[in-house]
Amino acid sequence: MKLHRILIANRGEIALRVIRTCRALGIESVLVVSDADLDSVPAKLADLAIRIGPPPAAQSYLHVERIVAAARAAKADAIHPGYGFLSENVRLARAASEAGIVFIGPDETHLASVGDKLQARQYAVAAGLPVVPGGPVDDADAALERAREIGFPVLIKAVGGGGGRGMKRVNERSEMKAASALAMAEAEAAFGDARIYVERFVERGRHIEVQLLGDGRGNVMHLGERDCSIQRRYQKLVEEAPAPGLDPRLRAALCDAAISFGKHLRYRSAGTVEFLVDVERDEFYFLEMNARIQVEHPVSEAIAGLDLIAEQIWVAERSELRLAQDAVRFSGHALECRINAENPAEDFRPSPGTVTRALFPAGAGVRVDTHIEGGSAVPPFYDSLLAKVVAHGATRNEALARMRLALRNCRIEGVKTNISFHAELMDNSEFIAGGVTTAFLPTILSGRNRLSAAEVA
Amino acid sequence: VFYLSSEEVAEILRLLDATSHDELTLETDRLQMVFRRGAAGGWTQETQTLRPGRILLFEHTGEPGRTAAPAGEVRDQGDADAVEIRSPLPGTFYRAPKPGAAPFVEVGSQVHRHSVVAIVETMKLMNSIHAGAEGHIAEICVANGEFVEPTTVLMQIRAARP
Repeated sequence: MKLHRILIANRGEIALRVIRTCRALGIESVLVVSDADLDSVPAKLADLAIRIGPPPAAQSYLHVERIVAAARAAKADAIHPGYGFLSENVRLARAASEAGIVFIGPDETHLASVGDKLQARQYAVAAGLPVVPGGPVDDADAALERAREIGFPVLIKAVGGGGGRGMKRVNERSEMKAASALAMAEAEAAFGDARIYVERFVERGRHIEVQLLGDGRGNVMHLGERDCSIQRRYQKLVEEAPAPGLDPRLRAALCDAAISFGKHLRYRSAGTVEFLVDVERDEFYFLEMNARIQVEHPVSEAIAGLDLIAEQIWVAERSELRLAQDAVRFSGHALECRINAENPAEDFRPSPGTVTRALFPAGAGVRVDTHIEGGSAVPPFYDSLLAKVVAHGATRNEALARMRLALRNCRIEGVKTNISFHAELMDNSEFIAGGVTTAFLPTILSGRNRLSAAEVA
Repeated sequence: VFYLSSEEVAEILRLLDATSHDELTLETDRLQMVFRRGAAGGWTQETQTLRPGRILLFEHTGEPGRTAAPAGEVRDQGDADAVEIRSPLPGTFYRAPKPGAAPFVEVGSQVHRHSVVAIVETMKLMNSIHAGAEGHIAEICVANGEFVEPTTVLMQIRAARP
């Protein structure tokens, strides 16, 4: 079935990104907009924008009934959910299919099964993937027993948590019982789900994920891995592909494991399997699967020479992969810096407002995905992502050089941004060497804080 | 032209690189793009989208209107030593750490400078609002869930007399 009109249930740079691919494919784009986004660039460039509600996301971008009603009113034949908001929402997928509208994403049963951490872990085990040693526990005694088997330090995680919420590190036996009882009570209060699990705490780990594309008929291919170890409070700041300095055997094992997982599920659409690579033990563990297009997908597009949104649409239309694995030719190295409206000098405090002027880099090997131009509003209701600056080069060094120049040619006025912070990172010797762990950025930041405290004193 | 891909832009700039021009303006019915040489090399791009969007207003029926939230609480008498608490950022004002939980403070609650009295959610981040003065809460001026600006007075504190 050929799609003619796609409703985009999102905002910001990803909305514009999907509009562009629709335009390139000759598909009409319909965008839902909240009152805060009526004058946004995506609203201007979509073929049609539909106002669906007030600025708070609960009444607009998270409102399943309004989005489906808008899709029906616009006679859209598909919904693209982007990332965040309702992108992995079972209710939206179900409501769309009940209305005879294609949900551009995985099957709703897969959304449900990979959305539940414990179930996803069971699938991973069934598919033969290594998981972090540990597992679910029913009470504080079981938690202590489990922690003894694994060895301290351990991490207590809430089944309903995510994005760093509902996690607790426990360093020794004496703290374990009290910590797990508290974690269960907190999980119940915060997520309405008291279930917890205990797993090994990996001191030095890299966050490496594999981009998958499946057609729901058992054909699954990978588009290489991405290294997303540069994180602040579990929010990714810089991503790159391929992962620097990764042993080729480990790389192959990661990609094979991701494919096994995707095949086990008979996964459809774009998805990402996240792994934690334990640098000290030289092992890797399945973390979770993200059943959506991700923010950092452009670095994979750069090295694979593909348009992932177009591939998602292709699979949604024809339910068969367009390419075979060996038709994908990887070339060079790509880096992405997320430019956010936040002030690094004030502990990354968000900086909503109005952009008065925006200059972005352009030229060979540089791509900028953004919805921002002079006059754009940066509403306080949504996340702070302004732009993704992507640099691609034949080698990592060339990509780095291009990124440094690109950041110098990036200027946003009217709101505070983290551009200068990225520029510092690109000159950091450890980052330049490549292969840092998730501890790298927090260590730099605590060093900065100590430095500024010393300056005050 | 609706949009130039980064490859198309790079191609234009490659041609421009060979010339002595430092600036190029492209204008279509939808966009104006200005390319300028960067001070340290490379190029910058500045875009303006010219056309307003086609926006369909969508009427929603059958949804219960939001029940009017009680506008603040009863005022404590006497404002002589009142200290105003404001939000450092625009965002959504919440009186409790999570839905259903007890509010941080009520009128009459004793607070210290560092007491958390509310949170304001901005760009998906929860910012704690501190009392900033010692005393007791004399008035809560904003209803839970309301949007506040940095100019909005959230609460009044009657400062403790030294």
